Amino acid sequence: MRTAISTLDVRSVATVQDAVAVMRDEARVPIAGATDLFVALNFGTLASRRFLDIWRIEELRRIAVNGDVLMIGALATYTDLIRSPVIAARLPMLAEASRLVGGPQIQNRGTIGGNIANASPAGDSLPVLAAVDATVVLRSAAGERRAAFNGFYTGYRESVRRADELIVAVEIPAVSGRQWFRKVGTRAAQAISKVVIAGVRDDRTVRIALGSVAPTVVRARRTEEALGAGASIDEAVQLLRDEIVPIDDIRSTAGYRRLVSGNLVRRFLTDTQ
Amino acid sequence: MTRWVGASVPRKDGIGKATGQARYADDLVFPGMLHGRTIRSTIPRGRVHSIRLDFDPAGFTTVDFRDIPGRNACDLIEQDQPFLVERDVRHVAEPILLLAHEDRERLLGANVEVQYDTEPPVFDPLVSTGVLKAIDILKGDVDAALATADLVVEGTYRTGHQEHVYIETNGVVAVPEENGVVVYGSLQCPFYVIKGLKSLLGANTHVRVVQTETGGGFGGKEEYPSMIAGHAALLALKSGRPVKIIYDRVEDMVATTKRHPSIVRHRTGVTRDGRLVAMDVEVVLDGGAYVTLSPVVLSRGCIHAAGPYRCENTRIRGRAMFTNTPPNGAFRGFGAPQTEFAVEVHLERIAEALSLDSVTLREINALVPGDTTATGQLMREDCSARLVLDEAVRRTDFRAKRESYRGTDRAVGLSLFYHGAGFTGGGERTLNSKARLDLTERGVRIAVGSTEIGQGTRTMHAQIVAETLGIPYEDIEVAQPDTAVVVDSGPTVASRTCMVVGKILEECALEMKARLGGMSPAAYHAKHGAFSVLKKYEPPDWVEWDEHSYRGDAYATFGWGCDVVELEIDRDTFEVRPIALTAVHEFGRPIHPALARGQIEGGTGQGLGYALLEHVVMRDGAMANAQLTNYVIPTSLDTPEFDVVMLENPYPGGPFGAKGLGELPMDGPAPAVVNALRALSLDVRQIPATPEQLAECDSL
Amino acid sequence: MRLTLNGEARDAVSAPMSRLLDVLREEFGLTGTKEGCGEGECGACTVLIDGAPVCSCLVPLAQVDGANVQTIEGLGDDHPLQHEFMNEVGAQCGICTPGMIMAALSLGENPTLDDIKVALAGNLCRCTGYAAIYRAIMKANAR
Repeated sequence: MRTAISTLDVRSVATVQDAVAVMRDEARVPIAGATDLFVALNFGTLASRRFLDIWRIEELRRIAVNGDVLMIGALATYTDLIRSPVIAARLPMLAEASRLVGGPQIQNRGTIGGNIANASPAGDSLPVLAAVDATVVLRSAAGERRAAFNGFYTGYRESVRRADELIVAVEIPAVSGRQWFRKVGTRAAQAISKVVIAGVRDDRTVRIALGSVAPTVVRARRTEEALGAGASIDEAVQLLRDEIVPIDDIRSTAGYRRLVSGNLVRRFLTDTQ
Repeated sequence: MTRWVGASVPRKDGIGKATGQARYADDLVFPGMLHGRTIRSTIPRGRVHSIRLDFDPAGFTTVDFRDIPGRNACDLIEQDQPFLVERDVRHVAEPILLLAHEDRERLLGANVEVQYDTEPPVFDPLVSTGVLKAIDILKGDVDAALATADLVVEGTYRTGHQEHVYIETNGVVAVPEENGVVVYGSLQCPFYVIKGLKSLLGANTHVRVVQTETGGGFGGKEEYPSMIAGHAALLALKSGRPVKIIYDRVEDMVATTKRHPSIVRHRTGVTRDGRLVAMDVEVVLDGGAYVTLSPVVLSRGCIHAAGPYRCENTRIRGRAMFTNTPPNGAFRGFGAPQTEFAVEVHLERIAEALSLDSVTLREINALVPGDTTATGQLMREDCSARLVLDEAVRRTDFRAKRESYRGTDRAVGLSLFYHGAGFTGGGERTLNSKARLDLTERGVRIAVGSTEIGQGTRTMHAQIVAETLGIPYEDIEVAQPDTAVVVDSGPTVASRTCMVVGKILEECALEMKARLGGMSPAAYHAKHGAFSVLKKYEPPDWVEWDEHSYRGDAYATFGWGCDVVELEIDRDTFEVRPIALTAVHEFGRPIHPALARGQIEGGTGQGLGYALLEHVVMRDGAMANAQLTNYVIPTSLDTPEFDVVMLENPYPGGPFGAKGLGELPMDGPAPAVVNALRALSLDVRQIPATPEQLAECDSL
Repeated sequence: MRLTLNGEARDAVSAPMSRLLDVLREEFGLTGTKEGCGEGECGACTVLIDGAPVCSCLVPLAQVDGANVQTIEGLGDDHPLQHEFMNEVGAQCGICTPGMIMAALSLGENPTLDDIKVALAGNLCRCTGYAAIYRAIMKANAR
């Protein structure tokens, strides 16, 4: 553990109201499952030293359906998502994504709110949320606002969330059609994704979202439009390969990501024909 | 009919490993203990220009090369590697300065500024001109035979670094003792550490080494611990306090030894009907910045480079090359996984070129008793190449399965391999290993320098002694390897702990039995008091080896293996999923079947990682992916079902017929995997066979 | 911080952002929980918090205030998993064993091989190739 513990400061709160009051007055980074906290501190990618522990906020753990809308509290863990009958019924690809995150230890602590806030381009739940046009619910001392998930990220690890705002939930409208999810990791478990894809298809529309192929999670808009206009699978795969911007990094190569993204989109389109 | 040998008896480790009571290096705490930290170079080549200590020195102990009382040289094969940089830097992460402090935060927060004059580094072993070691093995007339062969098949094969990833990182605690220091640590070879400390600290410092419970070694704790022990000892002596140095995972992966990368080139002459008539092999290993064990890794690699096959004309030329990277070192298999990977994939390509069944090719050429190896060693009844090959082929219905998978996304692949047990050639004679048995009032105590590192040393030695003496296994105790108590049995490496040290113990026990004259230990002790039997190893007298010409009996005996792996590829993502692996191994006989099976399953698992997953990414001369997130070893979900077959062919020179086992399993999986991928029409010649590589791979 | 540690109410005085792993090993002297990587990758540091296996190298002490923490020491020395890990050689070097056992506690009677593999997906072993670990758990949990 390379980071000096004595330089780290934390406050714990048990309600959203307390959380946003603190965040109004102090610059603190909320921590929930904290599965990336010490890793980021030790690696040097997290500059902040002041934290707000929100792990105890029970009201953020609910998973519920309000009318047509599936509401997932920000502190729902991957284990919660795997076990939830509501998720199994309405958003099974999120349960599938959750099963592929880390192993049980990480699943028991990692939260969907954390995955969104951490803003990694490789976040496993993010293509799912992008493919279903989710909405992020934010709360601050000034009140509540909603931001479309698609458009939530403005750049690499940057979002529209203000420093005084807490992600409290994500809302998903009813999903019509088939859901499809695929993660390609460095191995079968405990793996960061090299390519991760979520797709939704009904008679009329196709929605495709990908992670690890751009600085943020992306919707393949041009590919989707072309398919809507009658493009063939081959044409769609070609377009997809052109519209993503993967890089070489420590885990994989741009060429591999481009090739495999196209192959998997082809598989998605064929599977859901 | 044996009572303890050959049975999976309760282990001598007790239950401590499963209760959290077993004490590993970082579990030890001493009064007044300081923590130690190593300041390492950040450049691959150059000279230290200046060092500035930019922290409040209160409470700090600082050590540099000037504090070394003895010689600043780690005593291994050569003495070229310093404990601390004096001026020349030859690799990133080379140790320059040592710090100790009671408070870990102050210690880690201390800022040290090092200025360097840099020089252009050499990273490519094929470009480097620094030869750490050269070996040539010659048999017959290769050039003449190549010229008259029906067909010559050429190929170049590559393997990368492999990192041990023992789940417990390197760590030691050095404690000042009267006139000297004692070092407790995670290590395989306490007497290697003694040798290193004596060189470093000089004749006037008394040194003692005690092995703590060790969380995995695999060779990574064979020679490296001398370095970390030396560092801790220097800090302990200067401060007068106990000093603990535990590497975190990043430091351990970046700074300590790894498996030598290899480039192996084959040119093989064959007849149309599949006989090997000429084998010309060039082996290049990347040794890193210091000699360490490269000469012996090269040696073993070259001796195994022609595979378990008959060929009258063989030339093997090996070179270990210098590069400005952290020195590479011992890792289970020690050169053989690299060269046996190459020869086994090459055999597959020869079969492809001849349109011959690759199993048939192996059947035609596999060594049988009466044949000689590349070094001219005569194979005798303990040669089991055909035994393991035939059993693996039969058991997996290999030919039929291969045929049925043609054109699908599944394939089977096979490899045939062998592994010499014990030190090469005259090595065991030079080691002059000893073992001692002490008669005590409780029974009998084993006092050897061999270490338990998970492979079952304590248990297996106790079984051999109990069986030979004819006294209950429960009455045998095993002394903790403390150099003040036990004798130097040689290092716990080279698959020798059972075959060699176990043999000495068997001899000790026979002498003790004669002396007991039928009395129980307790009765004898009550009447006559305690006594000890000390013996040294006597290698078989027929072993003849010429170190200069590299000819003769390289090893007293070999273990033999044949692996068949079944795997599936995802054509969209090029991910490879091993489905099942059959490992047929002959290693004399198992002393403890469950522990032996554990060696096979564990070594095979590491071999699968080597084949498919484990990729050390080097950037500017250092490991760039030094986190377990990014250097991936197999998880439970990556590991297939193992079908392990242990065939027996007792070896008279080993205790109860046992040969060496620990490394043999490492030699087979990678070529078996690659041969399966070749059956899927992927022209793979390099590992790890990552999806990225497979996506770009040529088709057959 | 007040937590229940292996069934006993204890006060922890370490800094709130200390890693639970370090608090267990250093403040409480419970060295059975091991550090293998410090990144949450190897599972050697696995403990139970409120019954759920987690990596203690990732948990700040502040987050276990009021929680129930169980370590390998809390299991005693007579649990079937402990015996079978030794008998079946599910433990070779033993450094991953406490974490493996803590992760395996989530498995019920007669788990399938798949159940076991999934439960242990977050625990790395370098010695055994996992097979003997499965055998140990099957035997311990057989009814």
